[in-house]
Amino acid sequence: MSTRSLRSAAVLVALALGAGAAFGQGPNLGKPISPAEIAAWDISVMPNGAGLPPGSGTPAQGAPIYAQKCAACHGENGKGGVSAALVGGQPLTAGIETTKTIANFWPHATTLFDFTRRAMPWPKPRTLTNDEVYALTAYMLALNKIIGEHEVMNAQTLPKVRMPNRDGFIVRFPDRMP
Amino acid sequence: MPGSHSRRRREDLEVVAGNGLLDRRAFFKGGAALAAAMTGYTLSDSAAAQQLADDPWSAAAGNRVTAYGGPARFEKGVVRTLSNPNGEPRTQHGRTPHHLLNGTFTPNGLHFVISHSGDPDIDPDKHRLVIHGLVRRPLVFTIDALMRYPMVSRMAFVECGGNSAPLASKDPIDANVQAIHGLVSCAEWTGVMLSTLLEETGIDPRAKWLVAEGADSLALSRSVPLTKALDDAMIALYQNGERIMPGNGYPMRLLLPGWEGNMNVKYLRRIQLVEAPAMSFYESRTYAQILPSGKAYQFYFIQEVKSFITHPSPGLRLSGPGLYEISGVAYSGNGRISKVTVSADGGRSWAQAALQEPVQAKAFTRFRAPWRWDGGPAVLQSRAWDEAGHAQPTRAEIVARRGETKTVPSVLAFPAQHYNTLTSWGVAPTGEVKHVYA
Repeated sequence: MSTRSLRSAAVLVALALGAGAAFGQGPNLGKPISPAEIAAWDISVMPNGAGLPPGSGTPAQGAPIYAQKCAACHGENGKGGVSAALVGGQPLTAGIETTKTIANFWPHATTLFDFTRRAMPWPKPRTLTNDEVYALTAYMLALNKIIGEHEVMNAQTLPKVRMPNRDGFIVRFPDRMP
Repeated sequence: MPGSHSRRRREDLEVVAGNGLLDRRAFFKGGAALAAAMTGYTLSDSAAAQQLADDPWSAAAGNRVTAYGGPARFEKGVVRTLSNPNGEPRTQHGRTPHHLLNGTFTPNGLHFVISHSGDPDIDPDKHRLVIHGLVRRPLVFTIDALMRYPMVSRMAFVECGGNSAPLASKDPIDANVQAIHGLVSCAEWTGVMLSTLLEETGIDPRAKWLVAEGADSLALSRSVPLTKALDDAMIALYQNGERIMPGNGYPMRLLLPGWEGNMNVKYLRRIQLVEAPAMSFYESRTYAQILPSGKAYQFYFIQEVKSFITHPSPGLRLSGPGLYEISGVAYSGNGRISKVTVSADGGRSWAQAALQEPVQAKAFTRFRAPWRWDGGPAVLQSRAWDEAGHAQPTRAEIVARRGETKTVPSVLAFPAQHYNTLTSWGVAPTGEVKHVYA
């Protein structure tokens, strides 16, 4: 363990064990806030499904939403346009500059839900309902034949989707990982 | 020995490496000898060449002082280059003109910017920073509140993970230092240490990571190990003394010194302590690097040791044989720069460069080496080492490990991330400088 890691670990332990004692030493100008007050910003979805909201959607439900709100940039049926293609992709052994796609690269299906909900559609982010995001996620996964045409995506099923490149990664600096 | 320096002749300047590289201490040994070497004449011979007279600006009072200063009108060409000047719905890049700057920090208006969905127009009075998740008590901070906390200042470079990507091209790309290396800059950042705020929220022992999120339209988010957060992470509010520029995260950004630029989340509004990384879009896709094997690196985090020569470089034509200062910047996300060497013969021989003091961790270090150009072809390179013992990889080393492209990509493309190899500038007898491989 490096000196830096030791120091960080020591701070971590001190904060975890002695946090009560630490209160009052700083200016203490942060105001307590409740989960309900944070809810609108609390949008991160974890690979294990934590943070996924209630709701559900199917590929068939996603298709018309895609045509209306996504196709202008990402092309008909996800073929790509001014923005990235959402379907297909070469094997990663084709070269270091291979275009990264949902099918050939993304390790977790939850990222698809998270990024669609937080960032799309480009002109009006965070205007999709949770059902719409589930439906679009299902549509994109089905287009790539990662799930079946009739599978329902929800908080239980989405984290269980196995992405093709799930095991395709090497952590660059294992000693920096918690 | 008074006078001994002035008696040194140009041939006395010690050549320490091939193609005219001189000892790095030559500039400190005596101005007269150096001036003699540069001009070919002694100082006493050089004075009487022209008749000096007052120019118009010396003959009358000058301009009024302005409320917020800008550069001289003759410096209009010192600007960033823009990848998406019309703001089409895609990422915008503004690259730093390193060949037109000197020293160790980047002026705020020239600091590189990457904006994935435009710079939000944030009212600082309405901005909030929330810290929640695996903490003892979630807290929300206003800017007014943060301004009352103890602050620290430090120099730190910020570098896009995709900076220098053109070096992964199979053949050299006809581009200058701004196009190749313009996505790194260095500034003095001032703000509140994140550890100070986490002392007030307390940390649940299960917390190992945090997710940082911005108030931009993408709500850009990245996962950061808690160890880094407690080591040297800062909630930065000021950049080179003034409030952070909109393109760099106004009114506040997460500063993770030495780590991948995209992780230094701008417009920071939310920090959530969690057990495991969120695998957000940018960490699981964009900044994961495909390797020749077909596997990909993830969690690269650190911007490893790098250097490049800014003077001379493409666009800065040499005006004739004689003495020049080779100069550039070196930096490492692993700490201080310990050594920089320079070659004028494409890496066959090397001379140690002088490092501008103070050499600061995770910040630009300016290096300089005197060079007497004989007017023939030359290939200039720099190579840096950091205090952790890492050497900047040669092109052969990085290609063996990381591969190169199969075709020559656009200079604006990002065929590789974290590609920190040497840069070679070829000098032609005409004085033109261009990007080459050696």
